[in-house]
Amino acid sequence: MSLITPDFGLLFWMTVIFAVVFFILAKFGFPVITGMVEKRSDRIEESLRKADEAEKALAEMAERREQIISEAKAEEAKILKEASATSDSIVAGAKDKAREEAEKVLEQARIEIAAEKESALRDIRRLVARLSVEVSEKVLRADLDEDKKQGAYLDRLIDEVQRSQDKS
Amino acid sequence: MKRLLGILVALLLPLSLGAQDIDMDEYLFGHVGDSYGWHITTFKGEPVSIHLPVIVRSKTTGWHVFSSKHIEEGEEYQGFVLNEDGKLVELQPDGSYVKPLDISITKNVLGLMVNSLILVLIVLLTARWYKRHDATKQAPRGFAGMMEMLIMMVEDDVIKECVGPDYRKYSPYLLTAFFFIFVNNLMGIVPFFPGGANITGNIAITMTLALFTFLAVNIFGNKHYWKDILWPDVPTWLKVPLPLMPLIEIIGMFTKPFSLMVRLFANILAGHFMLLGVIAVIFLTAKMGVGLNAGLSVISVVFGIFMDVLELLVAFIQAYVFTMLSSVFIGLSRQHSTE
Repeated sequence: MSLITPDFGLLFWMTVIFAVVFFILAKFGFPVITGMVEKRSDRIEESLRKADEAEKALAEMAERREQIISEAKAEEAKILKEASATSDSIVAGAKDKAREEAEKVLEQARIEIAAEKESALRDIRRLVARLSVEVSEKVLRADLDEDKKQGAYLDRLIDEVQRSQDKS
Repeated sequence: MKRLLGILVALLLPLSLGAQDIDMDEYLFGHVGDSYGWHITTFKGEPVSIHLPVIVRSKTTGWHVFSSKHIEEGEEYQGFVLNEDGKLVELQPDGSYVKPLDISITKNVLGLMVNSLILVLIVLLTARWYKRHDATKQAPRGFAGMMEMLIMMVEDDVIKECVGPDYRKYSPYLLTAFFFIFVNNLMGIVPFFPGGANITGNIAITMTLALFTFLAVNIFGNKHYWKDILWPDVPTWLKVPLPLMPLIEIIGMFTKPFSLMVRLFANILAGHFMLLGVIAVIFLTAKMGVGLNAGLSVISVVFGIFMDVLELLVAFIQAYVFTMLSSVFIGLSRQHSTE
């Protein structure tokens, strides 16, 4: 059989066999395999995309957390500052009030002291008046008895008056 | 290594001692050619071979179906006899010969059937894995994994790249062509039955394959493809009055599949010839003395191993090249389909 002249019988059988093989493989063989592999690669791609998205969301969340934390810290600082300011003002207020109160109390005391002094002076004046009256009465009475005794007595009385006045 | 070579020589010596004068023509063409029976080996002087059905249709006496054992030794059977080419011819009453319509199951046809069965089994077994598993959740291991790698390599690197956007329509054909050629090439290297038939090194086989590619290109070619052939974008004087360019393009339509046919055929045939030639050295030098024969035998075995490995590479490369060029030709016929 010559090598370069195609043999009809072989051509015929080759066509039949190749057509049958092609039919079987194209129907049940290759599309099943390539289709499944394609599906798998699609799924892998999809999974990768999803993972990427999740990563992005995670990063976003971390960023948001950072933000929230920093915000909270700022808020905290603000509150602390405010609190310290408030307490300062409260303390200052209290001090002012206390000073005022103290001043008021002092004023009151001063007034009371003045009033007391006044009343004491009045009492003394009254006493002096009464004593003067008594002294004059006694002087008048002694004048009537003896001249000498009357003079000594008068002197003693005046000393007494003077002493009592010094005492008070 | 030295001991290994010694063993090789010892094993080869009885072979060469038992060898008679061999007819190189018969040896070479008997191995690469087609025949009505399948000669497997010769055991104790008796040929061991498979007799295959001969199916012929004579113009005068109609269909004849008989076993090849009746005509193997050159004898006449039912009016048929082998001519000097090894083809069956019908004896006419006037002593002349007429070629009948011959669709016998020859050695190559049987080899083709066996290899096709192997191919179908391989691919369907792989496809079965995908039916039984959820391939979106897991990848196959072992044999199915290897097949997936091969299939996806051809699909992604060759078909998708060369055919273009509508590769899906052609991918079953191109994958079939690739694995058909690859399996047949590999089986051609296997030296014993059912391998060893020189199938892809037969021009009828490669012609049919090229014809399928030719049909795939020209049946589904779009209008841009036909315009490029019949009215290409060249100066008008190249087209009218003498249609020079269209003529060249039309010739090109046929030279493309022709090159596919010849490339595969010549590569595989040459590989078989080389291998057979290297092995023949052992038998040809048998008469030249034991020393020379032993030395050359060792060389021929080493070369034989080298050639075998090279042929494995060629088996893959030729299947790959055929598929790639088919893809390119198909891609050219679908060029503007996306616009």
